[in-house]
Amino acid sequence: MKKTDLKKYLFAFIITAAIFLTATLLSGYFNSKKIDELRSIEDTISLDILSTETQFQLLEEASCEDISNSFLSQELGTLGERLSHTEDRRGSDKEITDLKRYYSLLLIKDYLLMKQVSEKCDFDPVFILYFYSNEGDCPDCIREGHVLTRLREEYPQLRIYAFDYNLDLSALRTLISIRAVENNLPALVIDDTVYYGFQGIRDIETIIPDLVDLREEGSATSTDPLPESSAE
Amino acid sequence: MITLPIIILYLLFFISLYFEVFLLITYFENSQNLKNEEENWQPSFYPSVSILVPCFNEETTLARTIESLLSLEYPKDKFKIIIINDGSTDNTQNVAMTFASHPQIEVYEKENGGKYTALNYGLTKTTSDLIGCLDADSFVNKNALKKIAKYFEDKETMAVIPSIKVHNPKNILQHMQHVEYSWGIFLKKMLSYLQALYVTPGPFSIIRREVYDTIGNYRHAHNTEDLEIALRMQSKGYKIVTAHQAYVYTVTPPTIKKLYKQRLRWTYGFIKNTIDYRFLLLKRKYGNLSILILPLGIFSIFSVLYFTTVVVWNVIEKIIEKYIEISTIGFHINWSNLKPDLFYLNTETIAIVGATLFCLSITLVLMGRKMADGQMKPLSLDLFYFLAFYAFIAPVWIAKAVYNVVFSKKTSWR
Repeated sequence: MKKTDLKKYLFAFIITAAIFLTATLLSGYFNSKKIDELRSIEDTISLDILSTETQFQLLEEASCEDISNSFLSQELGTLGERLSHTEDRRGSDKEITDLKRYYSLLLIKDYLLMKQVSEKCDFDPVFILYFYSNEGDCPDCIREGHVLTRLREEYPQLRIYAFDYNLDLSALRTLISIRAVENNLPALVIDDTVYYGFQGIRDIETIIPDLVDLREEGSATSTDPLPESSAE
Repeated sequence: MITLPIIILYLLFFISLYFEVFLLITYFENSQNLKNEEENWQPSFYPSVSILVPCFNEETTLARTIESLLSLEYPKDKFKIIIINDGSTDNTQNVAMTFASHPQIEVYEKENGGKYTALNYGLTKTTSDLIGCLDADSFVNKNALKKIAKYFEDKETMAVIPSIKVHNPKNILQHMQHVEYSWGIFLKKMLSYLQALYVTPGPFSIIRREVYDTIGNYRHAHNTEDLEIALRMQSKGYKIVTAHQAYVYTVTPPTIKKLYKQRLRWTYGFIKNTIDYRFLLLKRKYGNLSILILPLGIFSIFSVLYFTTVVVWNVIEKIIEKYIEISTIGFHINWSNLKPDLFYLNTETIAIVGATLFCLSITLVLMGRKMADGQMKPLSLDLFYFLAFYAFIAPVWIAKAVYNVVFSKKTSWR
């Protein structure tokens, strides 16, 4: 009878299992670092918005020029992209959902603040509220995401806020209710009008004729990310 | 996200990693034996040896093969070459006859019947202690036979296989095979220590005469008679070892088509012979071959197919995504998205395990190169060719071999 060294089989198994365990621990460590990084960005944005709000309250005593041009947090876009990527990789677990809810809240606050500042300071940005779903019931959301990403690159002053329609967040539900957005996605809110279904680049340029002027003005401001991948 | 394909992938990675770890343990366990073998290779006696050279249309390589055999350092009265022309339709017979007058050479001609018939014919023409075979597209190193003879000092050793290297690699395909053969040298040495060799390759494997007397001659064995006879020997508990310093050089297929045909035959032969010898599977009395190597051989075929399917599926998905994007907004590159960002580095467990598996595979390949060429040469082009192309072309013949087995389609030699 030939030899089979069972101890060796067991030893190899233990080493392999140890490699797997180490990989799992390393993965957990790196992933928690990433979540920490996302939280840190959210905290920074939150602080930025609070600061802008405070500046805004001081407007009565100060001129519009005193308000920092950077109040529109540059990091909202980065955060959105990273959240979308993490959601793709991990799925919508509780940790990700919480981060996403906080992020959506920040988007809404940024949107409201921008509206107030633009009224006071005679600043006229174009807003697009984009509602998508990533529950597999919105095949056109992927294409709409591409269109809005492209528009954002082409018209830097265009302010696009993307919201997951199904996210459980009372502020978002209120926004949806105020704008009377139905669950017929993708949906865009432009100048208080809701547009349902896929809108191509030309459609949006037709809806917003001022876009061409914006292209020429061209100063870069941050906008939110467009989760074409999370719409999958 | 944990899905069924990911779970299967984890399982495949675990088993692959387990095998590589097992090989590494075997290597470290036998490092002293390896050193002893390398230092002490001169045989104390020289058994008589006959080398069978079956040939079918080998007019271009036969003369060099015979000349390399004649230049072997081995007592002339103990060494004989038997050329068997298996019904060649080219000038092979005339080339063979130019050696007919040599005292160590006998030339025979028979009707074409396939390699195994030529070998069996040759077996009837010799009474030597040891009988080997050399394909007529292979050449031997001068001291290869002496190094092989040394291993027959152990009376339990019934067959010794050499280390096969690629002869004069010229194109990308042959350089790629050069790395593959180097890895094969390492693998076969480890399988030798595990007593789990499942093939006695055509180029210069030497077998004791009594093996044929006991278990019979070569069989058709799905055109892989060298694999079948090894399995038959293993089923009888015979010891097969590797003389890793006995080098044989073989001409490898220079074109994709020829490589495909060769590998299709090998893979098909492995599957069919494993099916024929399925009684060897998962029985402790047959040793590591039964418990580990044969099951892993089958596993590797299906894991390659599964992994390839996953990769192809992902590529198709990406192409569809890109098509949707281009058809929606036209072709456009956002250069700012191309900036490297560590955040997007995949740090999932499967990715870390995959990277570990990849690094370990490269380490084993480099160890094979060290064993074969004396140095690792980690930055050589042939290693790049191997990494860049092999994984893409191997699944093709593996898939076809499985298809042929499932639908009972036979493979041919040429």
